[in-house]
Amino acid sequence: MPAVERHWLECELAVIGAGMAGMAASLFACNRGISVAQLGATGGIAFSSGFLDLLGVHPVEESKRLSDPWAGLSAVQGDMPLHPLGRVPIGDIRAALAEYLRFLESVGLPYLSLLESNAEVLTLLGTVKPTYAAPLTMWSGVRAWKEKRPCLFLDFQGLQEFNANLVSANLKAEWPATRSERLTFPGSGSADRLYTRHLAREMELSDTQEKLARLIRSHVRQDECVGMPAVLGMRESPRVLARMQEMIQAPLFEIPTLPACVPGLRLKESFEAYLPSRGVKAFWQRQVRAVRRVEGGPFVLNLGGGGEVEEIRAEAVLLATGRFFGKGLVADRGRIRETLFGLEVRQPENRSHWHHRDLWDPRGHPVNRAGLETDESFRPLGVSGQAAYPDLYASGSILAHQDWMRMKCGSGLAIVTSYAAVKAIHGRRGGHCP
Amino acid sequence: METQVLIIGGGITGTGLARDLALRGVVCTLVEQGDINAGASGANHGLLHSGARYVANDPSAARECRREGELLKKLGAHCVEDTGGLFVAVQGDDEGYVADFPSLCSRCDIPVKELDPGEARRLEPALSEKLIAAFLVEDATIDPFRLSLENIWQAQEMGATLLRNTQAIRFQRVGRRLDSVLLLNKKTGEEQWIRAEQVVNASGAWSREVAALAEVPLEMVYSKGTLLVTFDRITRRVVNRLRRPGNADILVPGGSVSLLGTTSIRIPSLDQVFPTVEEVDLIVDEESAMLPVVASSRYVRAYAGVRPLIGSTDKEDTRSVSRNFALLDHEKDGLDNFVTITGGKFTTYRLMAEKAGDLVCRKLGISVPCLTRSQPLPSSHACHWTETGIAPQDWIRKRDGHDLILCECELVPQSAVNEVIDSIRKRRDQPDLEAIGLRSRVGKGPCQGTYCSVKVAAHLVDRSEIPSDQSRILMKDFLCRRWRGQHPILWGRQMDQAELMESLHCGVFCQELYVNPGS
Repeated sequence: MPAVERHWLECELAVIGAGMAGMAASLFACNRGISVAQLGATGGIAFSSGFLDLLGVHPVEESKRLSDPWAGLSAVQGDMPLHPLGRVPIGDIRAALAEYLRFLESVGLPYLSLLESNAEVLTLLGTVKPTYAAPLTMWSGVRAWKEKRPCLFLDFQGLQEFNANLVSANLKAEWPATRSERLTFPGSGSADRLYTRHLAREMELSDTQEKLARLIRSHVRQDECVGMPAVLGMRESPRVLARMQEMIQAPLFEIPTLPACVPGLRLKESFEAYLPSRGVKAFWQRQVRAVRRVEGGPFVLNLGGGGEVEEIRAEAVLLATGRFFGKGLVADRGRIRETLFGLEVRQPENRSHWHHRDLWDPRGHPVNRAGLETDESFRPLGVSGQAAYPDLYASGSILAHQDWMRMKCGSGLAIVTSYAAVKAIHGRRGGHCP
Repeated sequence: METQVLIIGGGITGTGLARDLALRGVVCTLVEQGDINAGASGANHGLLHSGARYVANDPSAARECRREGELLKKLGAHCVEDTGGLFVAVQGDDEGYVADFPSLCSRCDIPVKELDPGEARRLEPALSEKLIAAFLVEDATIDPFRLSLENIWQAQEMGATLLRNTQAIRFQRVGRRLDSVLLLNKKTGEEQWIRAEQVVNASGAWSREVAALAEVPLEMVYSKGTLLVTFDRITRRVVNRLRRPGNADILVPGGSVSLLGTTSIRIPSLDQVFPTVEEVDLIVDEESAMLPVVASSRYVRAYAGVRPLIGSTDKEDTRSVSRNFALLDHEKDGLDNFVTITGGKFTTYRLMAEKAGDLVCRKLGISVPCLTRSQPLPSSHACHWTETGIAPQDWIRKRDGHDLILCECELVPQSAVNEVIDSIRKRRDQPDLEAIGLRSRVGKGPCQGTYCSVKVAAHLVDRSEIPSDQSRILMKDFLCRRWRGQHPILWGRQMDQAELMESLHCGVFCQELYVNPGS
């Protein structure tokens, strides 16, 4: 019998979680030369619409849409001093976003932003959402909506994740010059059920592009621009867009479909390709079974069997495990718990206070503001009110005192708090900002 | 407008009466302020009582349940699943009650068979190891929505009119008669008068409000009952706690789920008919004594209804057919053509309709006897989509690639939704998300409308069934309605679902930033 050999890996930082916050944290850490291991399922990021929100609504109680997210952030710093975004200096917020957007540009997924103000983007319900940045492939929609130019919305027979009639119907009152048409996607039968990710792959073929462009061209009348479901390629969406626009001879834009949607998948695939190439040791589909901390030594993360590496020894851990959907938090009938370290969770007194009876209550549901409280360095607090561990950090939606869904700050929260946590980790390790 | 009989209230009593009268050739109009079964008729276990539950407290109700239950199994078999039932006691339960139970049942002619606890646990493995007694009874389950829909459907086929979203708001009195009733369409705001020879108040918990329009005082006590819906079906049979009826002592299978309940809480007004966290916890804790698995089961929603309990002060004038329900002839209040029928059990709805129909016909001078005791309730295709499994079976059989699935959780395809829409259109009525949800399984699965609200709304837009600017408003209302039943059961997996729903409908769609007109 061969001797049992222990397979373990050492790193400076273990990022637990592979959603928006975990990916951003790994990105910022590897950009700073920190050796990173990352764990957790990557499925969640595909539920992103692709919009990059910074801060769209504040105060939530007044349902106030922000045209200037920076003024909004200043207000949050005053009104909600414990809000995670309120604890990061504006200069760091700008630096975090700039670095993140540079990364997206570098991997062929360029985003556009008005930088000093929010853009208004279209959703598949025909509603309009304030966001900070959007993929290049969606940008003509921002302009089309702003100028209310005659616009044709398209969808495809058999694709249930997007309905052009619905978009047009709900925009009509404010944007009369819209109309909608249903096309048969080139090569598909009228009875086929279509899926967005298959269409996106199809759209990378020049033959499909030409056929679809010709089809669209034949439907364009007085319309000055065309909106369609987000299926313009997976990896090379800007190039697919450019070719299509050239052939259609009109601005074309994507609208995110029901999740999991292609713009979210593009983010997922971009990170999955980029991070390992920069030395991040990725264990994306593996979960942490158990965590222990040797006094004075590293965190020891047990991954269980089933892979070459069974254990990760990390000097610091960043917890980016998300909320309930991401499994960072779990609720039983009485309490909300943090799943991995058993950390203190700031929460309403009992379940009666988790939710309001009205789903649309303008205050938002208190449970959405439950989560981990941290110190200024984004280290979760223990019972004593001090950092629970000197080298344990947390970022993203697991943090308390924020309601990202109502404040429209999900991506911003993930990116900015990951940036701040990585900056603190880097600083403790004697590093300097690049 | 004119009608022979105006029925106010579209629960099982009102729809049952509409059918009863239609079969006697009487033309009636039924007005309902919401939709079919909007009150207690849509918020109960769907339990067809064998009667065994009432043998100790109310033998006459027990006998009534047994007789009516047998009739319904025979005449409305398509609405019934003949599951059988169990009465079980666990350690700590009153052994005196257990010992008396068989003789109490036989006194009411209710068949019952004793099982040893081991045998009961072989039949229903979810039962507690602490079982001390078990009896088999002839309980069954019934689909309350299908039953009411079938009743009103046949009545309409025979000439009755149903006005949904229509509230009676004023009575015009001439001498000792109600001459006409002012109706308000709650969707459009339109008002119209309807003249009726007879008016029947079958509005359940709202009976006092309706009677007050005629200045007839009615003393009522409101008792709220809350129930829970599980993600999975826990037992094959109905399981009752073998003790005097109390809180949370029944578990009833309903298609692919189980229903647990109920509570009984006095509430001062009808504004408070919603399930609470406290009630949910009480039900889970109480029922886990019989069925330990319910403590760790996943729940998809909770719902609450109000039992209308008549507290009559004037016994002489109350024509109480039984202690179980009340048929009030308001002749004694100075109104010769106004009747209230209220209280009662779902199981005995047919009898209530028969008695009310007899009274109304006597007042109209019509001598045609009641036919519902012998005529089977027809099964109409338009009404059968409330049953779990029907839509997917139909879809698989047809194998039509054009027929896309609109509700992925419950596998409801376009064709089924279209048939529901057509059935609403056939009655010259307006389909919307909630009306479709009530008549099908749409929105009943674990996602509770997150995806299907969008897909069905889009489908309605595609078919031009709704005004172009209405789809978002309908979605928002639909999700809000589903939410009322969700928030008290949000823990475990359902918390994840709720977060997904909010992240999509608030986080991406910004639905909360759009205010619905009129709300």
